[in-house]
Amino acid sequence: MSSAQSEIQNPQLERVAEALPVFFIKPEQGLISLGLRELWEYRELLYFLVWRDIKVRYKQTVLGAAWAVIQPVFMMVVFSLFFGRLARVPSDGIPYPIFVYCALLPWQLFAHALTESSNSLVANERLITKVYFPRLLVPVSSILGGLVDFVIAFVILLLMMAWYGVRPTWAIAALPGFILLAMASALGVGLWLSALNVRYRDVRYTIGFLIQFWLLTTPVAYPSSLIPGRWRALYGLNPMAGVVEGFRWALLGKSEGPDALLTVSVVVVILILIGGLYYFRRMEAEFADVV
Amino acid sequence: MSSDVAIRCEGLSKRYRIGQQERYKALRDVIADTAAAPFRRLRSIVRSGNSANGNGSEIRNPQSASRNSHIWALDDVSFEVKRGEVVGIIGRNGAGKSTLLKILSRITKPTKGSAEIHGRVGSLLEVGTGFHPELTGRENIYLNGAILGMRKAEIDRQFDEIVAFAEVERFVDTPVKRYSSGMHVRLAFAVAAHLQPEILLIDEVLAVGDAAFQKKCLGKMGNVAREGRTVLFVSHNMQAMSQLADRCILLADGQTRFDGHTAQAVALYLGNETNAGAPLGQYTAPKEKVGNHISWARVHTSGAPGIHHWGGPISFEFGLRIVDPQESLCFAFNVRNSFHYNACYFWLFDSETKFGREPGTFILKCEVPKFRLYMGRYSLTAWLSERRGDTYFEIIRDICPFEVSMKNMPRDEYNWIPELSTYLEDGSWAPVRRVS
Repeated sequence: MSSAQSEIQNPQLERVAEALPVFFIKPEQGLISLGLRELWEYRELLYFLVWRDIKVRYKQTVLGAAWAVIQPVFMMVVFSLFFGRLARVPSDGIPYPIFVYCALLPWQLFAHALTESSNSLVANERLITKVYFPRLLVPVSSILGGLVDFVIAFVILLLMMAWYGVRPTWAIAALPGFILLAMASALGVGLWLSALNVRYRDVRYTIGFLIQFWLLTTPVAYPSSLIPGRWRALYGLNPMAGVVEGFRWALLGKSEGPDALLTVSVVVVILILIGGLYYFRRMEAEFADVV
Repeated sequence: MSSDVAIRCEGLSKRYRIGQQERYKALRDVIADTAAAPFRRLRSIVRSGNSANGNGSEIRNPQSASRNSHIWALDDVSFEVKRGEVVGIIGRNGAGKSTLLKILSRITKPTKGSAEIHGRVGSLLEVGTGFHPELTGRENIYLNGAILGMRKAEIDRQFDEIVAFAEVERFVDTPVKRYSSGMHVRLAFAVAAHLQPEILLIDEVLAVGDAAFQKKCLGKMGNVAREGRTVLFVSHNMQAMSQLADRCILLADGQTRFDGHTAQAVALYLGNETNAGAPLGQYTAPKEKVGNHISWARVHTSGAPGIHHWGGPISFEFGLRIVDPQESLCFAFNVRNSFHYNACYFWLFDSETKFGREPGTFILKCEVPKFRLYMGRYSLTAWLSERRGDTYFEIIRDICPFEVSMKNMPRDEYNWIPELSTYLEDGSWAPVRRVS
């Protein structure tokens, strides 16, 4: 009776009601879905979070976007001087500066993404305790912001390639895949660390150390050809080894191309990422209470 | 049949560990704790062995006991809100109001119970969440809008309206960090006010901005309600509560104490809050009061003690104890209605009548020949302050409760109903003329 009445009064409102989404709020239990569809629904927020990070990064800085170039270029100079010139580290027949710069690009992208994503939940505490949105957006958005720096620094690489007369081959088409692999590695590890960081704040102190350690075990300053052949596949357990080798292959065309090392890297990244996603989702429920 | 329900909660409960209030832990502490645990156990065994010989006290290890204790911030709360209903939530601090809103807006999960929400939810637990000081007003409108759940197209469409509502037209392209705090709050509220979900959850946002802006916000909220949206809001502003909500849920210690008509809920809440046993129309300072203070107060009403007949004479009398003489004392008091809303204000400066330049007790009496506040319950809030140094010696709230009755002004055709007006003005009607 009463519902019929309201239908007469406002048929439009009634029709809207049919299409209203329904949310159920319950304690978390059982298997968790990854909620990737919801992530897609919030894509505009993802866009705005990335946009914010990029906008804010270089506000009130003197050199602005030049910072994106200064860091890798200085690293390259130092590496070329000490490792290339003085220590005479081999570089697979490629001029050492471009050899190392080509590896520094994905490395910086990865290191930046890892640092930012690990601290992202704590840094966005206000958002997390006051608004609902899929929490995954936070580490994901913090990683995407680094792409702008990457693109800027990439221009320098193109200039260097022209200077050294390195002509890219068709393998360059695989480059986006390697960029994706670098970011997926950072996200996978970042998901674990960001969720842990909410609970245990000393995680953030380990990140600097972790990145240093990781840099030394990644073939940035030296070629992976230094690794004995039978250990090569095992070396792929460090996914950044696969990424750096992939970059050199795609851009400079000198090393051998995808092999067992890369396969191992891809598998490792997928495992870390899926594990990270599930761990993150499981911890998600208590972020707002603990952060 | 259930399609007209917007929110349904069943047995919602949320438990917090007391220890959780220390927020995050350091991994270092966890390791140290684990390593120290055997020693702590050992020590407590030794200690309990000792005390068994002695006085046999039961205190084992108070620290570990408190660490395991929990608090139910929300305890078995059930209710249903129909589509288009505006429901207020009141209660003291820590009663569970914010926890309830946090659960309904999906920020945190309940420990027990469930809720069902029909429609998109916009929650406003804080004004200006996600505002970035380095970004301009324009940029922040987009960012904040997106965070609150608006689509970009929606923001585009309402952009000019938001800017106009916030009254920041000239500063849209200025970084927000250069804004005054008032502008900041206005902009933040303006974005929030243009949020258009089916269900709005609002936590104490009316407590921002200057009075004029608050009024504007109240108006905007009223519109939202009239548009048929479902609103659930928390406020300590009882005036706003009774203007906006027909229904109110009173929470206490995480449980529903009352769910029903707003006026009743408010009365119940305020009744609990103020000292219900306070003697009608009078106040006497506690004996331990020192320094310059108000030692007593009386309201001389026109009716029985504590009852005032509308329009009759009333006087307010205060005894001031001056121990530390001052050059520029000021005494003032407010008459507040039962919604804690200031209805009248009276003041006296020492520069007009000396009362604070030598030690002693001074009697200040304020007489009002025709006191015309409308029927209802009132109380006084009094200040004693020193103007030059901006020192408050005393602020005492909600003393001398008294009631205004309309018994001497019966209206036979219509009975007086509560909250008809704040006061009744003297006025007379000119003879009615017929013009056609």
